[in-house]
Amino acid sequence: MRVAVLRFPGTNCEFDTQYAFEKLGYDTELIWHKEDRLPKDTELVVIPGGFSYGDYLRSGSIAQFSPIMKAVVSYANRGGKVLGICNGFQILTEIGLLPGALKRNNNLHFISKHQKVKVINNDNEFLSRCQKSEILNIPIAHADGNYYIDEIGLQELENNNQILLRYCDGLGNRVIVNGSVTSIAGICNKDKNVFGLMPHPERALEVILGSSDGIRMLQGFEQ
Amino acid sequence: MKAVVNIYLKNGVLDPQGKATHHALESMNFGGVTDVRIGKQIILQLKTDNKQEALEEVKEMCEALLANTVIEDYDIEID
Repeated sequence: MRVAVLRFPGTNCEFDTQYAFEKLGYDTELIWHKEDRLPKDTELVVIPGGFSYGDYLRSGSIAQFSPIMKAVVSYANRGGKVLGICNGFQILTEIGLLPGALKRNNNLHFISKHQKVKVINNDNEFLSRCQKSEILNIPIAHADGNYYIDEIGLQELENNNQILLRYCDGLGNRVIVNGSVTSIAGICNKDKNVFGLMPHPERALEVILGSSDGIRMLQGFEQ
Repeated sequence: MKAVVNIYLKNGVLDPQGKATHHALESMNFGGVTDVRIGKQIILQLKTDNKQEALEEVKEMCEALLANTVIEDYDIEID
């Protein structure tokens, strides 16, 4: 399986992401944002974490106009799979491939720690290897992860099983981590081919480093 | 022409920076403040001399990039 990992000025998780997918046996290629097309045989596009364009104006707001993003939008609209992690999630909401927006954390701090998240829906490729209601331990590291969507939008997410993950405690009860609406940590689009989440599954590959729960998430794309 | 764009979080969208600043003002005994909202201001120099044209152009910029209308409102002053 061929994975295209995008790079913008300020991206900093591209090598971790590449390492993670290679470790799982995927072929990966880093794609510079000035490119205007994806490799022909791309089966998954990953927009990794970081601080594209220094988070100027709003996180992810400038990157959406990079040449490669036109190719990503048309790829996604043709049904291609796209995964946005952290800054990648912010870019996907800014460009409109995912609904809602990511605001400054409600405590105004950059939060960097391991965080439990609960699998809300697994009827999608990304979480197909996880159990519903399963609790995963995945690192988070962000300042703008406070997911916002209006009431109508939230209802739509609920109705279409688009909520992927919610922040929780060890028992699976919702916890407020950054102020996200109903503690949402990750969502997908209605067609379930575009995925975005604030936690970093690529940083959860080794038990010795705290958790290997990220492996099953990333393996979900291997059908 | 000069355009001044003010961007704020929409009413009803919690503004954590405004809230923190409000608390700080209260702790300094500025008890007369009922709400604080923090926004940003973007000042643009435009080629055109036509006010209407300027307004339309800047509105387009706001919708496409300067504001995220999912969470933000904006107003435009031209002079």
